[in-house]
Amino acid sequence: MGRKLLLEHINVPGINTFDVYRSKGGYASVEKALKTMSSDDVVEEVKKSGLRGRGGAGFPTGMKWSFLAKPEGVARYLVCNADESEPGTFKDRYLMTYIPHLLIEGMIVGSYALGAKTSFIYVRGEMMPQIRILEKAIAEAKAAGFLGKNILGSGYDLELYVQPGGGAYICGEETALLESLEGKRGNPRIKPPFPAIAGLYGCPTVVNNVESIAAVVPIINEGGEEYAKLGIGRSTGTKLISAGGNVAKPGVYEIDLGLPVEEFLYSDEYCGGIANGKRLKAVVAGGSSVPILPANLFMKTINGEPRLMSYESLSDGGFVSGSMMGSGGFIAFDEDQCIVRNTWNFARFYHHESCGQCSPCREGTGWMEKVLHRLENGHGSMSDMDLLVDVSKKIEGNTICPLGDAAAWPVASAIRHFRDEFEWHVTHSSEATSRNYGIAHYADPLPKPEPAA
Amino acid sequence: MKVTIDGIAVEVPDGTSILNAARIIGGDIVPPAMCYYSKLAGSGGKCRTCLVKVSKGSEKDPRPMPKLVASCRTNVMDGMEVQNITSPEVIEARKGVVEMLLINHPLDCPICDQAGECQLQDLGFEHGAVKTRYEFDRRTFNRIDIGDKIQLHMTRCILCYRCVYVADQITDHRIHGILNRGDHSEISTYIQAAVDNDFSGNVIDVCPVGALTDRTFRFKNRVWFTKPVEAHRDCDHEKCNGKVTLWYKGEDVLRVTARKDVYGEVEDFICNTCRFDKKKTADWVIEGPRKVSHHSVISSNHYDFVPLPVVKTNPVLKEANKEQFERETRL
Repeated sequence: MGRKLLLEHINVPGINTFDVYRSKGGYASVEKALKTMSSDDVVEEVKKSGLRGRGGAGFPTGMKWSFLAKPEGVARYLVCNADESEPGTFKDRYLMTYIPHLLIEGMIVGSYALGAKTSFIYVRGEMMPQIRILEKAIAEAKAAGFLGKNILGSGYDLELYVQPGGGAYICGEETALLESLEGKRGNPRIKPPFPAIAGLYGCPTVVNNVESIAAVVPIINEGGEEYAKLGIGRSTGTKLISAGGNVAKPGVYEIDLGLPVEEFLYSDEYCGGIANGKRLKAVVAGGSSVPILPANLFMKTINGEPRLMSYESLSDGGFVSGSMMGSGGFIAFDEDQCIVRNTWNFARFYHHESCGQCSPCREGTGWMEKVLHRLENGHGSMSDMDLLVDVSKKIEGNTICPLGDAAAWPVASAIRHFRDEFEWHVTHSSEATSRNYGIAHYADPLPKPEPAA
Repeated sequence: MKVTIDGIAVEVPDGTSILNAARIIGGDIVPPAMCYYSKLAGSGGKCRTCLVKVSKGSEKDPRPMPKLVASCRTNVMDGMEVQNITSPEVIEARKGVVEMLLINHPLDCPICDQAGECQLQDLGFEHGAVKTRYEFDRRTFNRIDIGDKIQLHMTRCILCYRCVYVADQITDHRIHGILNRGDHSEISTYIQAAVDNDFSGNVIDVCPVGALTDRTFRFKNRVWFTKPVEAHRDCDHEKCNGKVTLWYKGEDVLRVTARKDVYGEVEDFICNTCRFDKKKTADWVIEGPRKVSHHSVISSNHYDFVPLPVVKTNPVLKEANKEQFERETRL
């Protein structure tokens, strides 16, 4: 049983109101930071904690904060990226719905650390209830003197705004988010300059995921070193995982990083195994953008070591036999799921969400979607697999923002690991529309690795 | 700043992009650019045809850049080493980009007014594959008249955003932009509001393909049957200097455009009066025929020119072009 840092009080009735949250020790980190620490101390503490960005890329948050340019007389901004729209990921929505004050507390501490006088929470447009919840929470915090002028008599002023987005996946990319926040079309900017130099309105800006900002609260309360004791290696602390798909108990779980995947998937405390007593076929470990893995490669790395829920262990094997932590959108597929259909579904999503700015992604995502649709419906040909791999290679790395990579990886990995199933869709095209390929050999134990000569 | 592109070193001022540094060197090492336009701030980075490999970041930090970079939007650093046509990776990526650009392009060159001066045509000819692997329906749109002088044919558009930047920066008020997202995004003036502006005609010149065409010239003639002549007039518009290219067929001026350089970029933007309303020789002071590259179809049948020397058999030229030959064999 791991320690809960973010979701400790999630089951307390009324935790979404200021009074209950405060009575459970809420806003202590604001008091501690503003009264006893300088802003550099806060950044230093976050650096010590080893906290890595929870939005997907896993970039160390403390480093990101220390890169922020601090020219005289120019405003700085902290922007919270709550445009959570990765298929399979729903942890930020959960956090904002049930314990909104945690995010606001984190925003106050983060803004103080960066010297931001105005901060924004950019929420995805579809999350209207969460926007209302956050607005209400901000009003409560302001009434209690934690926002506005001269917070807690420290002389620090902060205004916090909630900005609804238009509901575009691409606006979760940090520069597209800033464009959208400025009221423009949400097209990613060409980097450099990075937001740390010229972000919102051309001012230095830090964009952080909801969970990263919320994680600052326990870091300040308990100290960065204490936080770093949790977890394993360079993956410190706890992480929210949105477990979905064919698991017995889907939901948001807070785990210590380094938990074995077997325990996460099969213990009753977490997912409780695969629903209806079926067998696991494949797993998408971190939201739709990361490479999909067959069950055998997911449970054990190519070297036969059990896989752990950590940034390093999940990416063990690179793109050949590994995946990524991503944003923690854990999707399990049981033996009855069709990987071709799922891959097409993901490709359709990226086709729909491509901003259309740069050509490989604009044209390539649509192309992949059409080929996969044809395959799924039994009109494919054997050369389609090589075509898909080639197209995904032409997209990957050649685009302005990571959406191109995110669109290419699931397709390339599905074909790498599930080529048999794709070929079966071609050779048994009429059967493929009425029945699934089944689990085949995807859960069989891996062959012993060849000893290195 | 010293930068080396495909083994050729050049000194450039600070803040120069890799693409512009390559243009200073010139020749076949210049990456193609479909969306970058040196006269439009903020343009570039979108089409990805100018991708290059930075094999050495700079003198201070010699690490190579992890991904291919858009040369039009990446500034040079001192001691940077760039590979363009010497890198098989770049050639492969560029081939992919050209294929992507063409999958939704109608390839209706035989009936397109832009044919002969189309940058996509040149790009496809130089870098593309002979056959497409795309087997689906192409994206189509209806033609839209933007005012009485310009026609928009979105089907041909490659979404380079150049015309959007023209609307932003050259014309006075913008009623022109991009609607929708992904491969269904389209250039639009929003419910066909007419672009009525002194400089709106420049969107035709910046368009690299035949998506924006001159309605006063549509289907009048093929560009290679017309004869480009440089001319100027004393234009009373304060922002226009009246320097243009007239396109003659016999005695008639069929079309007026701004003067375009070797990269298809205009030298100066011209006003709509010069472009659309002055189509008599009497309106202009003729300067002389415009020099067009021998490689262009426009120069065919027009001027006497010395045929290109047969480089491969001439020992003197062979020695002079040694470096280039080596590069070709390496590919």
